[in-house]
Amino acid sequence: MKKLFLGVLTAFALAAGGTFAGTLDDVKARGNLLCGVSTGAPGFATVDDSGKDVGFDVDYCRALAAAIFGDPMAVKFVGLTSAVRFTALAAGEVDILARNTTWTYSRDTDLKQTFLGVNYYDGQGFMVKKELGVKSTTELDGATVCIQVGTTTELNLADYFKENGMSYEPVPTADNAESQQQYLAGACDTYTTDASALHGTRVNLENPDDHLVLPEIISKEPLGPLVRHGDDNWADIGRWVLNALVIAEEKGITKANIDSWKDTKDAEIHRLLGTGDDDILAMVGLPKNAMYNAIKAGGNYGEIFENNLGATSGINIERGVNASWTKGGILYSPPFR
Amino acid sequence: MSSPTLPPSESFKFSMLLSDTRYRGMSLQVITFIIFMAVFFWLVDNTIKNLALLDKDVSFNFLWLRAGYDINQRLIPYTSDSTHGMAALVGILNTLLVAFVGCIIATVIGLFVGILRLSKNWIVAKLMSAYIEGFRNVPVLLWIVMVFALLTEFTPAPRAFKGAEPEATMLFFESVAITNRGTYFPAPVLAEGAYWLLLCFGLSIVAVIYFIRYANKQKKDTGKSLPTFWVSSVLIVFPTLILFFAIGQPVSLEYPYLKGFNFKDGIHLRNSFLALTLALAFYTSAFIAEIVRAGIMAVSKGQSEAAASLGLRPNKIMSLIILPQALRIIVPPLISNYLNLTKNSSLAIAVGYMDVRGTLGGITLNQTGRELESMLLLMGFYLAVSLLISSFINYFNRSFQIVVR
Repeated sequence: MKKLFLGVLTAFALAAGGTFAGTLDDVKARGNLLCGVSTGAPGFATVDDSGKDVGFDVDYCRALAAAIFGDPMAVKFVGLTSAVRFTALAAGEVDILARNTTWTYSRDTDLKQTFLGVNYYDGQGFMVKKELGVKSTTELDGATVCIQVGTTTELNLADYFKENGMSYEPVPTADNAESQQQYLAGACDTYTTDASALHGTRVNLENPDDHLVLPEIISKEPLGPLVRHGDDNWADIGRWVLNALVIAEEKGITKANIDSWKDTKDAEIHRLLGTGDDDILAMVGLPKNAMYNAIKAGGNYGEIFENNLGATSGINIERGVNASWTKGGILYSPPFR
Repeated sequence: MSSPTLPPSESFKFSMLLSDTRYRGMSLQVITFIIFMAVFFWLVDNTIKNLALLDKDVSFNFLWLRAGYDINQRLIPYTSDSTHGMAALVGILNTLLVAFVGCIIATVIGLFVGILRLSKNWIVAKLMSAYIEGFRNVPVLLWIVMVFALLTEFTPAPRAFKGAEPEATMLFFESVAITNRGTYFPAPVLAEGAYWLLLCFGLSIVAVIYFIRYANKQKKDTGKSLPTFWVSSVLIVFPTLILFFAIGQPVSLEYPYLKGFNFKDGIHLRNSFLALTLALAFYTSAFIAEIVRAGIMAVSKGQSEAAASLGLRPNKIMSLIILPQALRIIVPPLISNYLNLTKNSSLAIAVGYMDVRGTLGGITLNQTGRELESMLLLMGFYLAVSLLISSFINYFNRSFQIVVR
């Protein structure tokens, strides 16, 4: 009896004290990837009419799942609000967080997260109803502002209005949907969040033409996927899947033409697609054709952008700074070697 | 302890701890205590180990860092340059405000509904039952969201007050504006001499207290009751009113007016505050009404019959005979309802009200990533407030009960 009791106690202690070191092994053993995404950010993570998860962040996680399992559908999406996302990641409820999250110093250091890179260079903007007649953020003195709690936008907002000597009244909301509802009901004059999310939200409103995203961008919001501290190999995998998608666009590798590169003289492409002799992906514990599968899943970075945020999606966000460095943007991946 | 006749003759053996009824009770308690402590220490140890694994420590230094965010409703000066500790304090005061106002409204409504539910008038009694059952049986979160939706969806935006022929107008001689962002009231502005008014008002209240004591003593000694209500009203209203005009109206009203996007000046009661307070008050009042009803029904029917046979009118029977006895039964469960209301106020984030759960447990927690510390502070706060409320009312209850007996 006593032995049984001690045994149970030890088992409990071991189970609860499990480490996070071997995330890749855990993911493989589970058979699917747990990806934390937004509970509803048009263009980044939403559910389409057929009940399928779609979006820019969703496609990144599908590419990662494809790299690990060869199957882009081997991923389970966990909707997280901005308030619980870091806790969920730290507690191991998700393996990776791809939830339009801004990379900041304190999140990187004090929150003990590892950012894998930037997949979207964003900035905070404001949306207003056209009937207000406001054309610039400098005219927003005294306005009531809807804002999601627990985001960097909240801090930017306070700083921006203070710097410009303007006053405002914050109306805190839990998520994008609630902000939208309050904004439409007129409980706030303007809704502020990342400009990309504003564009995505606007096109889904009943009359998109009644609303205007103001031209000013008041902050830098480099969005990217992140993992928790403590498993560098896992961070490397996530980082290089993201880089592979960027390199693929740079090299012109698309979902459609990915099989036609077998005879190319470009050694980097052979390394990337696993068609050459070296198997450098074994260094992180992935199969040789992992990046081939990742690119095959949803196309290269440019294709994912077009399908979810660009012209094809109807949201019509320009590539701008998010274009490849070869096309005047600032997307630049370190070499794949 | 069931065999007191025989003194223990045999020597003590270890197995007797469980087999002997003299020791069994004690040893079972010791075992339970050890298991409880083991689980407790395992939880603490496990938490510390896991935090170390995540490379996190436990530190409350974040309370002295710059908060960086704004809060709409502040009872004390606060800007985005204030500390997280100040933000928590602003939240605490907002929580206490909702709890205080909510408890008062809930008690008043609860008392009325509880008494009216016992009314002999069929319609009144049934209406009150419907009120109680409706509020008691729907989760309070839904009521909060519902009241908030009513307040924001069916009221005009500040912009509707603009123009030569506005869609909406202010009520009560252009003094009160009900908008979808809250209700604006005129605010009193104190000029020189206003403190004399406050002093005069305070003295009036002291006078009223002394008068009521005198009236009570008079009633005990002679059986005659004085017109307490009328005398108190006159004492409270007239001296202050006369002084107000005598020293040249030192208190004026600052009316809210529309400027830019919103109304300026005046007192702004935000819809988030109104929705949370009203919903919590309505919900809790349904429970209080049932407690009041139970308290009244627990007073023996013979008491009111005896009072009636002495010729007392129904309202006198209620205030002199039944309520004083019912209160003894009502007050203890009332405490737990006050505590419930206070704790339920942590649902504030549903309507964006910045209570302590929203500032310390919401934005601060998120911006600093100090989940454990913030949650410990929050639990400590709610525990302290609950214990304070119950000890205060328990004290009140004790003194009250002794006086009656």
